[in-house]
Amino acid sequence: MAINWFKYSSPASFYSLAGKMIPIFVFVALILLAAGLYVGFFVAPTDFQQGEAYRIIFIHVPAAWMSMFLYVVMAFWAGIGLAFNTRLSSMLATAIAPTGAMFTFIALWTGALWGKPMWGTWWVWDARLTSELILFFLYIGFMSLQAAIDDPRRADKAGAIIALVGVVNIPIIYFSVQWWNTLHQGASVSVNQAPAMASTMLTGMLIMVLASWMYSIAIILKRTRIIILERESHTAWVAELQKKGVMR
Amino acid sequence: MWIIKRDLLLAMRRQSDVLTTLFFFIIVVSLFPLSVGPEMNMLRTMAPGVVWVAALLASMLSLGRMFSNDYLDGTLEQMLLSPQSLSLLVLGKALAHWLVTGVPLVLMAPVLGIQYDLPVEALFVLTTALLLGTPVLSLIGAIGAALTLGLRGGGVLVSLLVLPLYIPVLIFGAGAVEANMAGVGFDAHLSLIGAFLLVSLVFAPWAAASSLRVSLE
Repeated sequence: MAINWFKYSSPASFYSLAGKMIPIFVFVALILLAAGLYVGFFVAPTDFQQGEAYRIIFIHVPAAWMSMFLYVVMAFWAGIGLAFNTRLSSMLATAIAPTGAMFTFIALWTGALWGKPMWGTWWVWDARLTSELILFFLYIGFMSLQAAIDDPRRADKAGAIIALVGVVNIPIIYFSVQWWNTLHQGASVSVNQAPAMASTMLTGMLIMVLASWMYSIAIILKRTRIIILERESHTAWVAELQKKGVMR
Repeated sequence: MWIIKRDLLLAMRRQSDVLTTLFFFIIVVSLFPLSVGPEMNMLRTMAPGVVWVAALLASMLSLGRMFSNDYLDGTLEQMLLSPQSLSLLVLGKALAHWLVTGVPLVLMAPVLGIQYDLPVEALFVLTTALLLGTPVLSLIGAIGAALTLGLRGGGVLVSLLVLPLYIPVLIFGAGAVEANMAGVGFDAHLSLIGAFLLVSLVFAPWAAASSLRVSLE
């Protein structure tokens, strides 16, 4: 029996699949979140250098990783949507952007909160901080471009181009900022030498990363469902859903 | 090639547009000493950054004109229909934009550098870096201009899209001058800007052409 790989690229069938999957991901995300926070706050030992303040790592690092992964994932789906003209992939890309921007913001914010007790300053022009900030700008650019275009298909394609241009530019920007930073030698603190972590700290962090993944998938599926409903509101199957009064 | 000539001719018919960009550049650069004080030592260290940021803003402000007039009178649609490769057309338009806005900035930069008491060699490096860097600004800007064609609030939007992409050029452009003033070699910076120029020469017209197709669908 041949598997129909493209079954779920139709918004209608994806809609119901996503509806079934969201509770699973929410459930797993909640469990992982509880486990991760428990390990982070109660099991992991106090750091002898940083004291209790280091525990912000359990939020900060997952958020920073997600912010970068999600941009690549977003550009991937946007590119697929541009290349194969598949509506659903573009909708996914649009749905990913706000979550990615949120994680970027969290990473920046928690980074500042962590920086204050550790380095004595909210912000340093370190290479990582600066490129995270620029990543935030790229997300904002993507979202505001899509928001400014009324025709959804044009918004998809224009967004895809800017996302792909951004992906090409991210390594260039990252290395530019890094070289710029070493040239200036202004920052007195180095973020680069990560101290060896206790294994429980690492476990807690990885659980939190998984929890962030599950949360992102759940919220992105939810947002995609809403976008599908919005864009397909003229179709028969949405009308039928409405008649039945079931939106799930 | 004819498109460069045509765009230059159009620009010459409307010289005020060219002068506006140039004077914007001059005014922004001249505002900084007024805001931070006339102390020469500080101005000298600030000069490369100030000139570069002003150049970025000036070149970005004029991006709207790159396609919008042709879009409004329908010329752009005819260009899309023509058998000529669209990427080449975009390349031509970007070069024309650079000749109209970038080159005057490059020529004016040494004069502004003198305002900031830059040494002669640094003036030379600043001009060379701008000469290599401003075409990159026009090329990357073409993508943003094509994407925001005909949108409401396009002018502000273009800055959101394009300014983050300008950052590498800004870093190495200003870095070249600083390196020169610090007595370190500046060749590496200029080579990197040259590399950006080559890469954007290849990819930017292509990306801008597909953006134009999206915008005019």
